[in-house]
Amino acid sequence: MGTSAQKGTVNRKIIDQDYVNCFSITFSTVNGSGSATANTTILRALFRMGIPVSGKNIFPSNIQGLPTWYTIRVSKQGYTGRIERDDIVVAMNQASILDDIRYLNPQGVLFYADDIHLPEIPETVVTYPMPIKSMAKETEAPAGLRDYISNMIYVGILAKMLNIQMDKVQLAIEYHFQGKEKAISSNMEIINKAFIWAESNLVKQDPYLVEPMDLTSNCVMADGNTAAALGAIFGGVQFCAWYPITPASTLAESLNEYLPQYRKEPETGKATYVVVQAEDELAAIGMTIGAGWAGLRSMTSTSGPGLSLMAEYMGLAYYAEVPVVVWDVQRVGPSTGLPTRTAQSDLTFSYFLGHGDTQYIILIPGSVEECFDFGWKAFDIAEHYQTPVIVLSDLDLGMNQWMTEKFKYPDMPIDRGKILWEEDLTKHLAAHENRWGRYLDIDGDGIPYRTLPGNQHPQSAYFARGTGHDEYAQYSEDAKEWENGLNRIKRKIDNSRENLPLPEIRLNSNAKIGIISSGSVNPAAEEAVDLLLLDDLPVDHLRVRAIPFSSQVGKFLKDHDRVYVVEMNRDGQLRQVLTLEFPGQAEKLIKAAHTDGLPLTAKWIKETILSYEESRK
Amino acid sequence: MSDATVLPARQGANEVGMARTDYKGAPSTLCQGCGHNSIAAQIVSACYEMNLIPEKVIKFSGIGCSSKSPFYFLSRSFGFNGLHGRMPSLALGAAFGDTSLRVIGVSGDGDSASIGMGQFKHMVRRNLPMTYIIENNGVYGLTKGQFSATAEKDLFLKRQGTNPYLPIDICMEALVANASFVARSFAGDPKQVKELIKAALSHRGIAVLDIISPCVTFHNQGGSVHSYVSGKEMEQPLHDISYIPKRDEIMLGDFEEGTTQEVELFDGSKIVLKKLESEYDPCDRWQAMHMLEEAHLNNWLVTGLIYVDPSQPTMYDIYHLSDTALNRLPAGKIRPPRAELDRLNSSLF
Repeated sequence: MGTSAQKGTVNRKIIDQDYVNCFSITFSTVNGSGSATANTTILRALFRMGIPVSGKNIFPSNIQGLPTWYTIRVSKQGYTGRIERDDIVVAMNQASILDDIRYLNPQGVLFYADDIHLPEIPETVVTYPMPIKSMAKETEAPAGLRDYISNMIYVGILAKMLNIQMDKVQLAIEYHFQGKEKAISSNMEIINKAFIWAESNLVKQDPYLVEPMDLTSNCVMADGNTAAALGAIFGGVQFCAWYPITPASTLAESLNEYLPQYRKEPETGKATYVVVQAEDELAAIGMTIGAGWAGLRSMTSTSGPGLSLMAEYMGLAYYAEVPVVVWDVQRVGPSTGLPTRTAQSDLTFSYFLGHGDTQYIILIPGSVEECFDFGWKAFDIAEHYQTPVIVLSDLDLGMNQWMTEKFKYPDMPIDRGKILWEEDLTKHLAAHENRWGRYLDIDGDGIPYRTLPGNQHPQSAYFARGTGHDEYAQYSEDAKEWENGLNRIKRKIDNSRENLPLPEIRLNSNAKIGIISSGSVNPAAEEAVDLLLLDDLPVDHLRVRAIPFSSQVGKFLKDHDRVYVVEMNRDGQLRQVLTLEFPGQAEKLIKAAHTDGLPLTAKWIKETILSYEESRK
Repeated sequence: MSDATVLPARQGANEVGMARTDYKGAPSTLCQGCGHNSIAAQIVSACYEMNLIPEKVIKFSGIGCSSKSPFYFLSRSFGFNGLHGRMPSLALGAAFGDTSLRVIGVSGDGDSASIGMGQFKHMVRRNLPMTYIIENNGVYGLTKGQFSATAEKDLFLKRQGTNPYLPIDICMEALVANASFVARSFAGDPKQVKELIKAALSHRGIAVLDIISPCVTFHNQGGSVHSYVSGKEMEQPLHDISYIPKRDEIMLGDFEEGTTQEVELFDGSKIVLKKLESEYDPCDRWQAMHMLEEAHLNNWLVTGLIYVDPSQPTMYDIYHLSDTALNRLPAGKIRPPRAELDRLNSSLF
């Protein structure tokens, strides 16, 4: 049994700056018990105290009954990556108590519902029992609400024991219940009651505390899926067809939530957008491509299994040169895999998607801000190059709450690409010997001009198809026409390299070793770079943001002796793609890949690199 | 902008100044005598006679012989030849680009009743305004003669043997999915095909036309409903159908009173059904299903307008879209102003 923390026993130094604003809390609850509100309340209160925080929900593929964990990392240095160790555990679930204690820091703290039978616990752990059941009963709430109330009780107890400001808790509750007075006051009443109980019954014995900072004032809390939807709305999305799938559903649901607020014509109240829940992903992508062809800014959102179903239509969009944006919020595959866990394992699939020779522009956002930015940029890129764009997000980025800088208004005007309406076509014909062909490369950049259905010019129409066609969109099996067409598309996409989001590069002096990462691995990779520097191993970091790669990626490879490619999958998929694109540098690339469904940690990255470096000596 | 409607009148021009040739497509590369060619010709005639502007029509298809045919009519209309069985989704997305356009989809029995059954039924369920023609020949032509899902049980085909399965009835599937317009015709009955196409093009909602269209190369044998000879023998029209455009109501006088039923469509045009031997009311969904079951049991090819409900709300109705075609909205209409982003940022926690 750990150190009892009942009133009267004090055996540890109370304040130590190392423990202030620098720890993690894991809430271990039962799925479907309503703990999300309680956990988010704590996260938001800490955020409003100006302390950098991040929250990660580790949940099962289940609606109710299985264990679920929520971890908040409090970091005065601003680190937001996952950490493996739990400093504080709030145990609400008998079924998972053994696991909870296994991950608990031996010097850590255990808050537990006092009806849980505790197993052996290291002596060094501080324990605080919480009278959850009896307090929940006292509230005389209906039985159906007891679980929910139980969670609010630990909010109050933690607020007291960690010094979380109650006015910030109040703000979080007010935001959550969006002005519903009764819900706000009844929740605050429970939280206050629990706070007072802790004040008079528990004595602080552990060193973990929070105190206000000023590091979040220009930030908001958001998840990547909401940010992506909002970015799309400011990017002029007009059509989205989607099919429900974890972890992508909340992206399209956010469109449904926000489009009516931001995208109705002010003068008529009529909609400038269409969202369709399709019957499956085969239809979702078909609708998306139909709309993209007809000149709408068109998107879908899905995850691995859905992307598998979309493969055939994506090949058609590639060859028929139809702009669409496909968000793949990745989860763990193959097959159904771990539907509620995170991975970066759809990269090579996206890279090669479809039969025949294909190639897609792939964007990889590494933060919630970037989900917003790529939300609008993806349309400009897709329409400019008349091609599908795949945006690879993942569950960690898409579904977890992150602190993020306030969203920035697009700094570029909307780029619709080369579209000819009636008058444009008349001028175009006059300037080009009465020639217009849908696939005719007039400008030498591989990008032809397109017309859109509804154009009333009698020479505007063409018949789009996935079968072989010539520059005038006529059916053709001509050998030369076929190869020329395919090579032109290749040229067009190759030309996009330096116009896509460029890599983000962080250089340390004299580093011979590089790290390449992408997407949601970034926070852990950045932290690992700091940790390695403390270990006297300076490394440079390049974060890939788009494929095809910029020449800066090749230069980074040239400039380093060894480059670790850090990613969340088994096979080192980013490394595989880099190997293909930079075969001359392939020997420098070292796989640092790991997939267990959880976000990578800085510790794992650091140790993987150090142990490889050690083995070279 | 060069608008077709302002062209000077030409010989044989219709009311919008178009000659029949303005509705033509490329020369067909299908087999001589293929039923699909006759249907394409009737689409050309219907559009010409209805004074449609080709640029106001968009056409779609999936994969198969049927799906080549949109290339053989309306060259001046935009078209998209999609994937096998997935044309409905493609058409749906494209239709929202400009909802003032008339949408024609051409599919086949393999394309709609096998690989595309899911998309077919969901398109019907949504009541997307579209004329959806299924050129039904009971056989896979482009892959050289395999049974399709609409082939009759016990049908014998060289190299395939005997078909062990009962056929899918496309009209019944459409009815079950709450289609607002269901008709069946026979490519060997061009007049009826044309009148039904006109009615379908005027219907506001999904119009499913199952047209038996014999495959002269792989499946034109006597005894099968999908052949020219037996199709004609087995055909039992429900009525003699005429399509009357709104402005031609005078023509109604040509019909003897008490012998016809009229159905008024959304645009004010009318379908006039001249009664034949039996009483049949195409506004009665239950009677329609009953009739199809009876036809199936008796091996009749019952043709005509099987069911229509001109008032069913369409998919467009639920979206309350801008009066401007969505694909013509300028950038300023689709990107909210900067102040809206400030509002958004301050609404987040």
